Amino acid sequence: MGLSECFGRDRVFNTPLSEQGIVGFAIGVADIGHTAVAEIQFADYIFPAFDQIVNEAAKYNYRSAGQFHVGKLTIRAPCQSVGHGALYHSQSVEQFFMAVPGLKVVVPRSPVQAKGLLRASIVDSNPVVFLEPKFLYRSSVEEVPVDDFILPLSEAEVVKGGDHITLLSWGGPLYACVQALELLANPPREIAKHVPQAVRSANVELIDLRTILPWDRQTVIQSVAKTGRCIVVHEAPVTAGVGAEIAAEVQKSCFLNLQAPVIRLGGWDTPFPHVGELFYKPEAIRILDAIITSLTY
Amino acid sequence: MAASTAMSAGRMRLVQQLCVPARTTFTRTSSSFVRSFASTSLLGKDGDEPQGHLPGHPSSVFLTSLNDSFFDRVKPKTLSGNANAQGGIPTYRLMDGVGRLLPGVTDEMVNITQAEAVKMYRTMLLLPQIDVILYNAQRQGRISFMMTSYGEEGAVIGSAAGLALQDEVFAQYRESGVLLWRDFSIDHFMSQVFGAEDDLCGGRQMPIHFGSTKHHFHTISSPLATQIPQAAGAGYALKRTKGREGNVVICYFGEGAASEGDFHAGMNLASTTKSPVIFFVRNNGYAISTPASEQFRGDGIASRGPGYGMLTIRVDGNDALAVRSAVQSAKAKALSEQRPVLIEAMTYRVGHHSTSDDSSAYRSKQAVESWKQMDNPLHRMRNFLTDRGWWNDKLEEETKVQHRKLVIEAMGRAEKKKRPQLSSLFEGTYRGEMPGNLKEQRKELALLIEKYGALPVWSKELAKHANAGKDMEQYREDKA
Repeated sequence: MGLSECFGRDRVFNTPLSEQGIVGFAIGVADIGHTAVAEIQFADYIFPAFDQIVNEAAKYNYRSAGQFHVGKLTIRAPCQSVGHGALYHSQSVEQFFMAVPGLKVVVPRSPVQAKGLLRASIVDSNPVVFLEPKFLYRSSVEEVPVDDFILPLSEAEVVKGGDHITLLSWGGPLYACVQALELLANPPREIAKHVPQAVRSANVELIDLRTILPWDRQTVIQSVAKTGRCIVVHEAPVTAGVGAEIAAEVQKSCFLNLQAPVIRLGGWDTPFPHVGELFYKPEAIRILDAIITSLTY
Repeated sequence: MAASTAMSAGRMRLVQQLCVPARTTFTRTSSSFVRSFASTSLLGKDGDEPQGHLPGHPSSVFLTSLNDSFFDRVKPKTLSGNANAQGGIPTYRLMDGVGRLLPGVTDEMVNITQAEAVKMYRTMLLLPQIDVILYNAQRQGRISFMMTSYGEEGAVIGSAAGLALQDEVFAQYRESGVLLWRDFSIDHFMSQVFGAEDDLCGGRQMPIHFGSTKHHFHTISSPLATQIPQAAGAGYALKRTKGREGNVVICYFGEGAASEGDFHAGMNLASTTKSPVIFFVRNNGYAISTPASEQFRGDGIASRGPGYGMLTIRVDGNDALAVRSAVQSAKAKALSEQRPVLIEAMTYRVGHHSTSDDSSAYRSKQAVESWKQMDNPLHRMRNFLTDRGWWNDKLEEETKVQHRKLVIEAMGRAEKKKRPQLSSLFEGTYRGEMPGNLKEQRKELALLIEKYGALPVWSKELAKHANAGKDMEQYREDKA
């Protein structure tokens, strides 16, 4: 809002409605050495540009041995659920880009995080896909420095320390994780019988992964080596989701420390539905159930 | 839905818990300040146009005859009242099929010096020399892959000659002639094809996927048409780059690639963003085995230009001089009018699509032979030069012998060169710090080489690399 008036229409402008065109165009701008911040209206519509992102942007530096690169390219796209977005206004797409060497993929969880990580993405010397949880656009409010600042990429953040179990997520589902922790400590009367007294005082370590690729293996592995238990929560379907990659890495690096199987919580392996959203997403109840399952294994 | 909404409201309260105030870990890089630039928007207001007319087309007339309202072609305005209009969009040419200037064409219109015309022809002659030698090298298994430029020498060299050396080139893959025109060294050419240690692109791509910053030639990639919207963006960036306002982008592609969605995207974006880009289509009649008649039903690619509001010209691609002047003029218009231009060069792919293709499976050898005889860009240019006393049989023979020697010697040198050192396989995926997973995988390969490097199939390959894979030794320890 207001950027076009402030900086001029040659810097902030509309494009024709064409995702492959938007990303291809931005690649060309970055190739010449200008900073290009492209927006895809919804992450659900990034797929027409998949070829430009995967075959072109991600490989630009490697294939030319650094002669040409698009490090000054950042692609922003609203992602994740919004309550009623159904199939094409709800998707989490990070898993598709996690498999693409040469890209960076970032998901913030709050306004401070969004500003610091976006600034880092723009100045990073590699192309970045920056996915913004749209549910938080107007609901998340906090004090954000007006001054310029940067939060590091590829560094997860331990939001809440703990030593009994590691709960890992990014973007919107982190709020469901916090809600699950409240349910764990103070279960409502209706479900109290399912929450054993012994687990209610469990000390859960909550981690915000923040960067999906290249992800912070060190922070996650250190945490699971300490807690011996791990749950990964994301909204994308479970099969071949980001959780699969993390679970495989955790079992490789923490095999002797693990006291329970790594649990992956995601959307079911279906398209994102309209009226069934509450039962589709990994909401607080499902996360609570997974925590109990892991702690009582 | 009610339950979902209630849950969402609950989550909104929780938002506060994950929103922590800014911490000391933030890197402060500059102070904030208030921008006071005025808006530069000069757009007209909605509703300025007369009611009932399309925005931007206030002259659109209303028809009540349904039959008269259908149409399937847009005729160039220059054809109004011209009998040629029946044949579709006309083709611009200066020379006839044997290289004589057409009636009414003067030397002033051609506007070329002896030195430049001779350089053009010499470069046109170099291409088939490289093509024949590398084509045979591929048949002998000395290189993995090759694509020739036979028949398109005029279109490619003619267009290169119409540009400045600093104009940015986005190519498809059959435009190596542009690099030759820009004096890209034959050694670098061969190093790319052989994946040698000194290949500018690190031996990472298949043969003929060239790239060179010095020659403003953006690295070729195999996915077709992806360079078209990129060229639009590059053109936009150029006009915003101080000191580069006099340069344009030229973007090459074949008529087959023009069927990709990226063609549509790039043409529309270049047009709406008013970017100085020359889109140069080599319409050579075939996309591998698909004839143009199965590629499109409209009047070639040129007919699409007006649909994007783009200045368009169709040119005889085997008339190198016409191509040169069309590109010169397109560049001047692109810069003075700040808009893209589409050039469709009509030519014929004389060679096979690539070394993985035998074109006799889908077209007769006789047809190819008659094209070579009937309309050959090399013969036409040669006759043009000979008529002016700028060329003769002796020069022709000498040049061919020189070129052949040059190419064979460079190929011999490239063939003896080592490949890039093995560790470079992992480098350049990211700029800056190498991610931990890549360092770990590099270590994994280093340990495997230590254990199994003596195996004949591995040791033979390792010996082809600079340092024979010994550069990997340093990565056996943890470097993460």
